[in-house]
Amino acid sequence: MNKLSVDNLIGIKNLKKQDIDLIFKTADHFKEVINRPIKKVPSLRDITIANLFFENSTRTRLSFELAEKRLSADIVNFSAAQSSVKKGETLIDTTNNILSMKVDIIVMRHPNEGAAEFLSKNIDAKIINAGDGAHEHPTQALLDSFSIREKFGTVKGKKIAIIGDILHSRVALSNIYALKLQGAEIKLCGPKTLIPKYITELGVEYESSLINVLEWCDVANVLRVQHERMDIKYFPSVREYTQLFGINKKILDSIDKDIVIMHPGPINRGVELTSDVADSKQAIILNQVENGVAIRMAVIYLLAQQIKL
Amino acid sequence: MAKKILLNEKEIEIILHRLACQLIENHIDFSDTILIGLQPRGIFLCNRLIEILEEEYHIKKIKNGKLDITFYRDDFRRREEPLQANNTEIDFIVDNKNIVFIDDVLYSGRSTRAALTAIQAFGRPKHIELLVLIDRRFSRHLPIQPNYKGRQVDVINFEQVKVNWKENGQKDAVYLVKS
Repeated sequence: MNKLSVDNLIGIKNLKKQDIDLIFKTADHFKEVINRPIKKVPSLRDITIANLFFENSTRTRLSFELAEKRLSADIVNFSAAQSSVKKGETLIDTTNNILSMKVDIIVMRHPNEGAAEFLSKNIDAKIINAGDGAHEHPTQALLDSFSIREKFGTVKGKKIAIIGDILHSRVALSNIYALKLQGAEIKLCGPKTLIPKYITELGVEYESSLINVLEWCDVANVLRVQHERMDIKYFPSVREYTQLFGINKKILDSIDKDIVIMHPGPINRGVELTSDVADSKQAIILNQVENGVAIRMAVIYLLAQQIKL
Repeated sequence: MAKKILLNEKEIEIILHRLACQLIENHIDFSDTILIGLQPRGIFLCNRLIEILEEEYHIKKIKNGKLDITFYRDDFRRREEPLQANNTEIDFIVDNKNIVFIDDVLYSGRSTRAALTAIQAFGRPKHIELLVLIDRRFSRHLPIQPNYKGRQVDVINFEQVKVNWKENGQKDAVYLVKS
């Protein structure tokens, strides 16, 4: 298969295993490209991409921007804070105005779940979801799986623990879909109040003890506690959270194998990970960032391929 | 589908030896020369030439690489079936080196044009040459000509030149296929 089965990248839920394989194969080539002395290819020189960020982002936005530039696309950046959205403009109006400037692809982050899908049904452009509320963050899940594949050669059969605030995490949901599709085993760990009620119906298990889940897993994907999305108190204190679910060097040394530590960033150092763990050889957090550019290049390239002249 | 043989195994072997000798004539010990096989089909030819140069002419450690041109093609978004990229294996800088691009068939010249752009990502070569097994005369879209050619053939547009290599599980042969 040389092309994606989807017209937009809204979520991993819509993808097939073959799509993920194709994205990874293409990303392998782009990873080689971004390590060349001249890290740019001319493929997308006649494509214009708009990055619409209705929510704050550092690494995802930079990563998309870099991926687009490495592919030679023209880009326009939009951030809600400095826009007419503040004056009450609707999402469709904002996007249609941008599309009148002949934009081919829209990369969008939005605080509301379903915003990317809504846009894809109402707008004549390719849509890439860069995170919609607590729903999906497909490119993050792809780069996470790609990093696991790079480390172990395959994702199939690997034991992955996702630890932390699952309830507010779009990364967790996209990761569950992506890892299940590739045949990994998944356990979730975190305060019960931060585990969605019916999540086990997706074929994952819940484990309340951090040490048990660390002893079981090959990879621990540690998520940030998203204080900004919490409208009520989900646990008594950050100190208590850290004592029960924070990973430090002492805990890592107490288990009899070297597990791989991942984190989508930004890290709350001293809360979910101590600095000696985040900066240790077991952590592949910076590899994830590098792989993010290659994965996003692959996704953009494969979707752009579908835009006929 | 009618097919006519253009080169058989023996003829290919003779041609490969001649091409190897022509390369030696211009590059002597290959100390500043890099042979670059163009993906996907130039790789077999490149490897075969290196084998002859090393085993029969005792030229050791010829620097070589593989170059994929998929991301540099000028028909992106114009093809019905998208092309899958192949590996590029060039882990050196080509500044001030003599490059020889190696491909099986030279047709429109567009792949060579893409390769000329692609190689720039690895530095600024001193000199670039082109070696092909088959040169399809009168079918060029761009002003590109080979420096070394195995055989020049006149082929009309609806005919195809097909090169089989034993590395692909077939007997070495070049066919003219009429579709």
